[in-house]
Formats: sequence, C-alpha cells, structure tokens
Amino acid sequence: MRIVVASGKGGTGKSTVAANLAWSRAQEASVTLVDCDVEEPNLHLFFPGDRTAAPVTRPVPDFDEDHCNHCGECARFCRYGAIAVLKDRVLFFPEICHSCGGCTLVCQHAAIAEKPLTVGKIEERHPLPGLRLISGVMNEGEAVGIPVIRAAKEAAAGDGTVILDSSPGTACPVIETVKGSDVCVLVTEATPFGLHDLKLAAEVVSSLGIPACVVVNRGCGDELETKAFCRDQGLPILMTIPFSREIAAVQNRGGLISRDLSDWRSAFAGLYGRIIAFEEGRR
Amino acid sequence: MSNNLLDIMKLCVTAKANDVDALAEERFGRAPYFAIFDEESGAETTVQNAGAAGAGGVGVRAAQTMVDNGVKVLITGQIGGNANAALSAAGIEVYEYRAGGSVKDAVAAYRAGKLSRIL
Repeated sequence: MRIVVASGKGGTGKSTVAANLAWSRAQEASVTLVDCDVEEPNLHLFFPGDRTAAPVTRPVPDFDEDHCNHCGECARFCRYGAIAVLKDRVLFFPEICHSCGGCTLVCQHAAIAEKPLTVGKIEERHPLPGLRLISGVMNEGEAVGIPVIRAAKEAAAGDGTVILDSSPGTACPVIETVKGSDVCVLVTEATPFGLHDLKLAAEVVSSLGIPACVVVNRGCGDELETKAFCRDQGLPILMTIPFSREIAAVQNRGGLISRDLSDWRSAFAGLYGRIIAFEEGRR
Repeated sequence: MSNNLLDIMKLCVTAKANDVDALAEERFGRAPYFAIFDEESGAETTVQNAGAAGAGGVGVRAAQTMVDNGVKVLITGQIGGNANAALSAAGIEVYEYRAGGSVKDAVAAYRAGKLSRIL
C-alpha cells in the first residue's frame, strides 16, 4: 500500500498529516515514511535521531577533448543551455543540465561519454521499531530534484506500507512523487488560496488515475466552499483538524499530535483505516 | 586589412526589437534581439535570440550566439553567472549600458569611451 500526501498549496499540513499517520500506524505495524519534498525535507524534525546517508547521482556528459572537433552540435541540441562550445574548448554547466543524454546521442565524434554527478543524498532513520524514515535531500544549487525523489521512492520500493510526503505545488516533483501510488491524501486549509490550489492538485492526481481523499487542516467549521467542491468532485473528507492553539503548540515544539495528545492517536489510526477502506472501495 | 574573419572586430548590443535603431535591452540572456556591428566592414545586422523565452540556461545559449557570430565586444545591462563564465572563457569583453537609450546610443557611448567594462 502506497499512500501519498499532497496539497497544492504549501503550508497546509502535509508533513503534519504524513508524520502523524506514520507514527500512529507504526504502533500497529511496520511502515515506511518517505520525505519526497527534497528541496526542503522536514519530516526528520519530527523524528530526530541517528541517520545513515547514501549519495544520489545522475548522469552528465563527460567531454573528451581529444575526440572533440568543436563542431557545436551538442550545444545546438541542448535546449537547457547547459553546453557552450568555444573555438578551442567545451564549457559545461552541470547545474542546468537535465541529464537527458541527448548530447551523447547527437555527437558524431564519440567525444561525449557520461559520468555520475552527485546531486543529493538519501538519509535513512529508524526512530521507532516499526518506523523507517527515508528522506531525499537535494543539493543546493541543483535545478531538478527528480533524481533524488526517484531514489527516495526506490529505497522504499520493497516495503509493504509506504507513506510518501510530497512537495507543494503541482509541477514535476509532485507528479514524480504521486505517480505509482495507490491512494492520495490531499491536505487543504479552508482558505480561498487553499481551495484554489486544492482544485489544481485534485486535477493532477485525477489525471494520473489515482483515487484521492481530503484532510482539512486548521478547520473553523465554516469551510463550506471546500466541502462543496469535495462533494462535487467525489473527494471524501476523511478528517478535519481544527484550528486549535493546543495543536499549534505541539507542532511548534516539533511534537506529534498523535503521540502527545491522547485523542489524536486514535484519530490518526482511524484516518489510516478510512484511507485503506476508501482505496479498497475504489479498486 | 586582415582577411582572417576572427580578427574582424564585431560589436553586439542587446536590443528590444529587430532593428539596429531599436532601444537597447538591459537583459542579456532574455534580450529579444542582438544587434551586431562589424567595425571593419560597417555591416549592421540583427540576430533573433532563439532562447529568449526559455525556461533556463538562456545566458549560456546567448553567450553561444555571441561566439557563433564572432562577437568580441558585448554591450548590455547585466549578465548572470553562467553567461559570465561562458563569455569570460570565450574572451568576450562586456561593457555596461543602462542609460535607457537606443542601440546606436549605446554604440556611440562605447566608441566615446564612456561605458565601464564589467567583464
């Protein structure tokens, strides 16, 4: 079972939901939590402790000046502007290279091979007996986090229950995180901006063919427009987390409401059960 | 007069439109056009910047256009880090023009020695 937590708008509570869902599930069975927000991973803040790390690489061109005649074909092909060919040498800008491999294909002089470039790392922690936390961490200055997201997902590929925490937005990193999941939990807040981005995120998840349900965070009981949208789109709201000072205080010290507030442990266990039941009902 | 094309001095000004009389553009990688002046022959041409609307890497692609057109001196408002590296490696001199005038105004200011070299 692969559950992905996404949102559209940032700051709605994806990581809160993912971390608490994982913590409460880990009391019952083994679960793997994957932080796919590789530009700003934060789930480890809820679960401090020892970690191991392994590098993530992507292929980039390796130019052989002995074979290169500076024809410039590779630079003309590169739509990302990562290669400049001067009269006497080739300049390569790895940060803007997308690792498409096209330059190696168009080179008629066998002057371009590929070499690995480290673009980030995968950190692993075991904060609880039943919980494995995998965090993708992209190197600063890198333009594209996809290889790190892919590596983080691969690290959890053999695990039975996986909860993935997505980055905000609806662009490539979100799609890379969401695709292949069994069910998506969209976390929203009952603001106009929250609803606007919920609509965008719901459209992306729907076009990927993944059933989606909703958690409303910081609810004040008046989220009528959000409820109407969810009803129209067939998105069940499986939990509403109220706008509460008590919850905010736990969050602000890096705590977990499922662990630190007695009612919320059973609430998140219940949420997990409802997500599973929803997914089974949509098969 | 030299017959070596590479010795012919070519001057480029980033331009807002497809005209050597257009307003000078302050951006380099995202300049819509490049106005190129051949100081030897007096030829005036414009080159469209194919990468102007690209998502990224526009500075490097614009620098490649300078190299491909044999430009030795570039007059523009500002250049980014990657363009800086490419222009610097290619030995292209860069002068700053931000007075808001036309391409020809920028050329006149350069010839009068009024522009400061930024690369």
